[in-house]
Amino acid sequence: MQPVIELSGLSVRFGKRPILKGLTTTLSARTIGLLGPNGAGKSTLIQTLLGFCPVSGGTARVLGHDIRRDKSSVRAIVGYMPENDALIANMSAVSFVRMMGELSGLPSSAALERAHEALFYVGLGEARYRALGTYSLGMRQLAKLAQAIVHGPRLLILDEPTNGLDPPARRRMIRLIREMRDSGCVHLVLCSHLLRDVEETCQEVLILKDGQIVHHCDLEKEHQANRRFVDLEAVGNTQGLVEELAALGCECTPGSSGRFHMTVPDGFELRQLYGIAARRDLQLRRVSYRRDTLEDIFLKAMEN
Amino acid sequence: MAVYKRNYAPYSGRLTSRWPRFFILTRYSYARLFQSRFLMLLISLCLVYPLGCIAFVYLSHNASFLRLINFRGTELLSIDGRFFYTFCVVQGNLACLLTAFTAPALVSPDIVNGGMQLYLCRPFSRAEYVLGKLTGLFLLLSLVTWVPGLLIFVIKSSLAGWGFVRAMDWLAGGLLLGLVIWVLLLSLTALAVSAWVKWKNAAGALLLGIYYIGAGFGTAVNAVFHTNLGSLINLNHVMYVVWADLLRYDNGSETPLRHACVVLVLASALCLWLLSRRVRGFEVVK
Repeated sequence: MQPVIELSGLSVRFGKRPILKGLTTTLSARTIGLLGPNGAGKSTLIQTLLGFCPVSGGTARVLGHDIRRDKSSVRAIVGYMPENDALIANMSAVSFVRMMGELSGLPSSAALERAHEALFYVGLGEARYRALGTYSLGMRQLAKLAQAIVHGPRLLILDEPTNGLDPPARRRMIRLIREMRDSGCVHLVLCSHLLRDVEETCQEVLILKDGQIVHHCDLEKEHQANRRFVDLEAVGNTQGLVEELAALGCECTPGSSGRFHMTVPDGFELRQLYGIAARRDLQLRRVSYRRDTLEDIFLKAMEN
Repeated sequence: MAVYKRNYAPYSGRLTSRWPRFFILTRYSYARLFQSRFLMLLISLCLVYPLGCIAFVYLSHNASFLRLINFRGTELLSIDGRFFYTFCVVQGNLACLLTAFTAPALVSPDIVNGGMQLYLCRPFSRAEYVLGKLTGLFLLLSLVTWVPGLLIFVIKSSLAGWGFVRAMDWLAGGLLLGLVIWVLLLSLTALAVSAWVKWKNAAGALLLGIYYIGAGFGTAVNAVFHTNLGSLINLNHVMYVVWADLLRYDNGSETPLRHACVVLVLASALCLWLLSRRVRGFEVVK
């Protein structure tokens, strides 16, 4: 499989301040999630891939095209939906999307046809002749998506696509992203603060912190191999409980008021926990058993 | 991606050639500009003087008209450097006014609405963006400056014969070059102002200020410091010096041509630098 994005020691500086610090990795999945706290460098990474930010060291390749040497080729195969408002207020949606299609190289008639199709596809078919300035926030997000797909890119970069959307609009956006992923015609990079959005749509996740990669994982494999957790709330004599559970292979972190967070090994059965509670005459007020989520992966990466 | 299917499909048709893509911006800019009736009125008013000149040139070769006014001289009005210098001054100032009304809406809406990154994330460079916007303004201003100027020259030549063309061919070249320089300077200044000033009215006022308040400021500098270097602040005056030289007309200015040329080059370079600072796909917030 051809790598979608290859980063080789990619560094970016704004003045003297390093923003991206020698990123090196290869991303190959159909949908890639880009996560990180504010200021981690996610948007800078996207803008560097698009050739907006000057590279101070290393390089990157997008679907085989070097971002320093083939900037134009990279932009020709990428569709970009920016995070913030990016529209031309006094144009109708169809003119706007058509113009963006023409700028991407589509002939005028084909751009018009694709603009109508893209607007119907994202659900703005009925409102396509309205001025963009009159659109609601949700509609603007959809218009931005339409302009990003009008030229049929091979890689679609979506920066916070569900920002400011109400729950039905968010579900619609997630459904569109899944549909595009399942079409098999386009790779997607989804940059979002909403872990649930990434978990629902992405196959591979890259987590950035302070301009460095802190975690890179295949979500499918991670879900298959991840560890299981038990959150426990007990009343009674809990002294020595941590050591007893550790003897069974559990990593146990005590919390306040008899609460414990346990990471349990393979083969561990809850019956063993009940056995210990019975022996120590402990009352188990709450036992919740769950698997590793993207939130756990993210928080762990942030702690590291 | 057919409408009835409503699912995503890549584009597999042919692509357009890269170099003329900047015209797309020009085309869409015109579509927006010509929606304004006021602009159409302003363009019509800018063409009143050239139409008057054309009528005058025609009538000065019309025997019936000359007999009617009982004219007995050799030429009603000589079509020479002075005539075209006056034409340049009148049409040049009208072009400036037209720019102040049209140009502020060219770049600032793209920057204010964050549209710049949408243009530049495509195979479309910053230079092409500026070229596209510049071409729009250049063609519009050409319509009221060198195009009617050359039309007057052509009409005069057709009426006066090849002798006039052979004797005055430098006039056509000087007119074309002088007005093209002016139109380019106006376009660059207007784009730079539009890129930096968000409000249309303020941008228009600033543009007029650069060209007309600069004249007053330059006169004040000349008076206070007993020099003529203040005239170099006045871009209108600088251009008059260039026009006078190209059209071989003595307008009484003491400013040397080379100083005027240096000012024009510096003003254009400053505008390009200002544009390069604003026309970007991203903005670093300090």
